[in-house]
Amino acid sequence: MQKIRRDQLLDRAISLLSDGTVNSVLGWQKGEFDYDVTPHIFRTEDELKEGFVWNDFCYSNFSKYLVAKTDRIEGRMLVFLKPCDTYSFNQLLTEHRFDREKVYAVGVSCEGMVDVNKLKAKADGISCVECVEGGLEVTTIYDDEAVFVDAKDVLLERCLNCKSKKHVAYDELIGEEGEIIDSARFDEVAKLEAMTPDQRFAFWQNELSKCIRCNACRDACPACTCETCVFNNSNSGVENKAPVNSFEEQMFHIIRAYHVAGRCTDCGECSRVCPQNIPLHLLNRKFIKEMNECYGEYQAGEEIGMRAPLVNYTLDDMEADEVLNRRGEDA
Amino acid sequence: MLKCSLNKMNLVFAEIAKANTLYLPTDQNDGSAKFTKWEEGSVWSNALNTVRSPKDFFFPQTEDLMEFKVEGKNIELTDIRRESEDFVIFGVRACDVKSFEVLDRVFLVDPVDSFYASRREHGIIVALACTRPSETCFCTTFGIDCTNPAGDISVWKTETELYWQANTEKGKKLLASISALTEEGDAAEVDAQKEKTAAVMKKLPLADLTTDGFGAGKTMELFNDPAWDEMSQTCLGCGTCTFVCPTCQCYDIKDFDTGNGIIRYRCWDSCMYSEFTKMAHGNNRLTQKERFRQRFMHKLVYYPENNDGLYSCVGCGRCLAKCPISMNIAKVMKKIGGEKK
Repeated sequence: MQKIRRDQLLDRAISLLSDGTVNSVLGWQKGEFDYDVTPHIFRTEDELKEGFVWNDFCYSNFSKYLVAKTDRIEGRMLVFLKPCDTYSFNQLLTEHRFDREKVYAVGVSCEGMVDVNKLKAKADGISCVECVEGGLEVTTIYDDEAVFVDAKDVLLERCLNCKSKKHVAYDELIGEEGEIIDSARFDEVAKLEAMTPDQRFAFWQNELSKCIRCNACRDACPACTCETCVFNNSNSGVENKAPVNSFEEQMFHIIRAYHVAGRCTDCGECSRVCPQNIPLHLLNRKFIKEMNECYGEYQAGEEIGMRAPLVNYTLDDMEADEVLNRRGEDA
Repeated sequence: MLKCSLNKMNLVFAEIAKANTLYLPTDQNDGSAKFTKWEEGSVWSNALNTVRSPKDFFFPQTEDLMEFKVEGKNIELTDIRRESEDFVIFGVRACDVKSFEVLDRVFLVDPVDSFYASRREHGIIVALACTRPSETCFCTTFGIDCTNPAGDISVWKTETELYWQANTEKGKKLLASISALTEEGDAAEVDAQKEKTAAVMKKLPLADLTTDGFGAGKTMELFNDPAWDEMSQTCLGCGTCTFVCPTCQCYDIKDFDTGNGIIRYRCWDSCMYSEFTKMAHGNNRLTQKERFRQRFMHKLVYYPENNDGLYSCVGCGRCLAKCPISMNIAKVMKKIGGEKK
């Protein structure tokens, strides 16, 4: 699937490391299997040659790592960014969350990343995955014959509804620059809006009751960068490691969605990392859709320094009654 | 050995459910499997395993311990525990059955955790042999035979039959209660299946993973291994691995203010969380590296050291499948010395 080859990124990383432009590389490290890639900070050429990968499983959004990782390092760190990652990158810069001088950003064009859950549903006992044109060749321990799996059947939801192949930030780009895409990402939200309030409540109650409160959504989220989350702060009075009841679970996710509204770039990491497959991105997309409708199209992270609609008062802002009544009686 | 036709499973489940609450893995909308309460119409999942482990039945994520009501200067204390009724968990895999032994050694030693003990007493485990392990399985590393699961009853599923074998008094009693639906079966078919599965286990990508470099006495050697830095450097500090883990048993006890009193409850905690070891004097694990190291040292060194060499990982592979950054115990073990040379 990916058109960019591993060697292109590897060669560039090695030369930037050896000419002193950077002294570390935030990239993807190969795993035990062909699909379990881990974010890794490489420090030497040998380490890169041995472990660096670029394939259809490099889904992690590295932007958030820059907050903690560049705080403690001396010199610059190379970071590889897919188009969607660059929106988070800009948004974090807008919020002054890391020092741009400490980062050398290499944009990488991307053909979409694979959802491992979807892949495993197609083939159990995976022993080998080869990335080929239009999809993957999968071999399992049960069948020596490789099976072709079509990309569209296994892509991450966020990639099926990719909003941009264009990088909005980089120091240099590997591959071709793409375009902003008129995606169908709000279709699922529209379906939820078409439900009756009771149906919608039942939908979210069912989804959110699956939550095990592992906090992976929050911890992977590039918009969640509080040094100590209010829910981890024992002095806040609302600290909770696990829910007292299911109502609290709903509160956690809804509060989080409010908290990141206007700053969420719709990178989709929350839903990707959820071990319970809760479609958390739909909460965030609902907010994005609402803001677009009320205040005009806005894409968080498109440019550094943009003011999010919710913190940017203008005289043209929709009045409260207009907001309430814009969908007629149902709203 | 007894057997029954797979066509009769609904009758079997209905019979069991007459006297016990019955839980079994069923498929969910998102394609995953989950232990759910059996009702007429429930369909037993073919999935290898559930996302959430069956430890939830004995050690639930949250549980209320007691309630205080305050009126004026009076405090009334209520024991709000509900004694368990008999329940059956059907289709527990060998790795998860082993996890109960790991939990028992924590909760059933003096002072016995009476909440846990009550559930263990009332729970009957019907363990299902594996036939189609996944690439993420590595139970053999910890001496577990997935073709011979323990439990109160072991069952083997073939193309057309389910074979039953009771291992305990509880199991015999349960099996007797469905005797009208079972008949004598020949073990030959089961033996053939075991052999086939055992051959698959040898082919698994993690078949070479060993515990050789771990266990009692390894603390100082492994604690200071420089590899902890790089292995933990991109850990998000979420609790996914600990919460899907069948053996992770850490918990916190908190008070919930109800407005006119307190509900004291217990909830799972995670050594991956920044507040986990916060105490009056401060926090003794200030970095994610220390938290990360704790989790694996506990499973591979501290726990076996205190429990006659029993490891507190059962190789179920849930953390391998669910970690958001795909960092897991198999990678840790290989990195710091667990691979056969």
